[in-house]
Amino acid sequence: MVKKLASISKYLFLCLVLLFVYAPILILVVYSFVDTNTIGKWGEFTWEHYIYLFESEKIMPIVWQTALMALIVAVLSTILGTLGAIGIFYSKRKTSALLSGVSQIPVINAEIVTALSIAVMVSAIGFLSKETYLPLICGLMTLCTPFVVLSVIPKLKQMDNNLYEAALDLGATPTQALFKVVIPQILPGIFSGFLLSVTLSLDDYVITAYTKPSSFDTISTYLYSLNKGGATARIKAAFWALTAIIFLIIVIVVIVANIRAIKAKQES
Amino acid sequence: MKFHFSRKQLCIPYAVFLVCFVLIPMFIIVFYAFTAPVMENGVQVGITFSFDNLVDLFTNPTKLLNMGRSILIGLLTTVICLLIAYPVAYILARSGIRRNAVLLLLFIVPMWVNFVLRVNALKELLSWIGILGASDFWNYFNTVLGMVYDFLPFMILPLYTTLLKIDNSYVEAAKDLGASAPVAFWKVTLPLSYPGIVSGITMVFLPSMTNYVVSTLLGNGKVGIIGSLIEQSFLNSQWNAGSMMALLLLVVMFVSTWLTGGFQNEDAASSRGGNLW
Repeated sequence: MVKKLASISKYLFLCLVLLFVYAPILILVVYSFVDTNTIGKWGEFTWEHYIYLFESEKIMPIVWQTALMALIVAVLSTILGTLGAIGIFYSKRKTSALLSGVSQIPVINAEIVTALSIAVMVSAIGFLSKETYLPLICGLMTLCTPFVVLSVIPKLKQMDNNLYEAALDLGATPTQALFKVVIPQILPGIFSGFLLSVTLSLDDYVITAYTKPSSFDTISTYLYSLNKGGATARIKAAFWALTAIIFLIIVIVVIVANIRAIKAKQES
Repeated sequence: MKFHFSRKQLCIPYAVFLVCFVLIPMFIIVFYAFTAPVMENGVQVGITFSFDNLVDLFTNPTKLLNMGRSILIGLLTTVICLLIAYPVAYILARSGIRRNAVLLLLFIVPMWVNFVLRVNALKELLSWIGILGASDFWNYFNTVLGMVYDFLPFMILPLYTTLLKIDNSYVEAAKDLGASAPVAFWKVTLPLSYPGIVSGITMVFLPSMTNYVVSTLLGNGKVGIIGSLIEQSFLNSQWNAGSMMALLLLVVMFVSTWLTGGFQNEDAASSRGGNLW
């Protein structure tokens, strides 16, 4: 009896926390289909908010350019971080400790410090204009690349080092050995580093706001400025629809990834 | 001379990148924090070494108030996150073998929705309930609530990874030797999960001290924290004052890393959900 009560209260606790975590998003999902511009006011079922969102000449371009920016940053961070991780892993102890130490700074630092320091540098040296998008790309890469390194290094540790030596003994050049032996072995780490970079740069507000060109906006910076300036009710409701779509995409990706992982496990 | 390729050299681009975008910006911040522009007839003619920014940081009432608020909000958020996340991570790590990974995902999925969209969603919910900007108390309450809402996964993930690694036979041994369940938890599980607690705190405390998006949107613009001050100096291009505040945060980061005896590398990636894919 006591045991049963304990297990019930355990699940009750988990459910309460889940309720807290999901309530805001789910309420927006529900209201994105309701013919109203105020949450709490009930109305008829409608697609109106979605139609407004997709016809909006302001929001949709921002959605696409946010996605494009995240993709570019993630690809560059993944390349730089993978090479960096391999280099750090095979360097001498001192070099490797120094590099991974510096690499940790953007991870544990308050993001606003990273953002401000890059903004101050850009303003100090002058020739690197924010309008070139370079500060934005490099700023976000500063945030993402260390996470790629952190995802790849454990895979390098797991790898059998003899494979690389064997490839060299069998006549492969170091470059061939790298691309045909090392990279395939650490691919899962590279992949999770890439996805982490995509989510980090899609999510980012501070670094983006401090390094972006003045006319460029991402979902984060646009919504923040709307919130500060007082958005019209229609645009706010269009963002309910956008939240619902993004949430749906994430749920689908997570489910597909999990089914594939479970299948892969069953096969092996 | 023939170029000899070796795997070590692959870190050169990353090393150059780190110098350009981590180390140099950090030195520039230190430089700006201790200098002031020399103005003549409204035109900057040079710079001079100065402690003005440092003195201002610790004498300006607004800055002191915002720093106090930041510490208060950061502490409250960290403690509440720990109190919620520890039981969640504990239950998940101790429940069935395969099921817990799926359950864990349930807690992490919202983290992948854009952060400002999430804060905005919470804001709409709070304004529906009617407590958004209702009074000073609610402004603080909503700010802390928003911080907990945002940073909870950062606490759950490192705790879960650490708790999962703890060998259950230690707890069983303690029980065999006569410890009651609470005592076994207090003397065995809790100390063994210390690294997870430390990384969780590192991932939550500094962000919740500085995340002015949450405090601006949910605190009805009334809860100024150190992040809001940095934003103002950024918007007004007051680089010297802004750099001094950033330097302070940098010092806080280094001191806390040093106090907690370094930082678990793997937990950083895991606290952002890196190993779930």
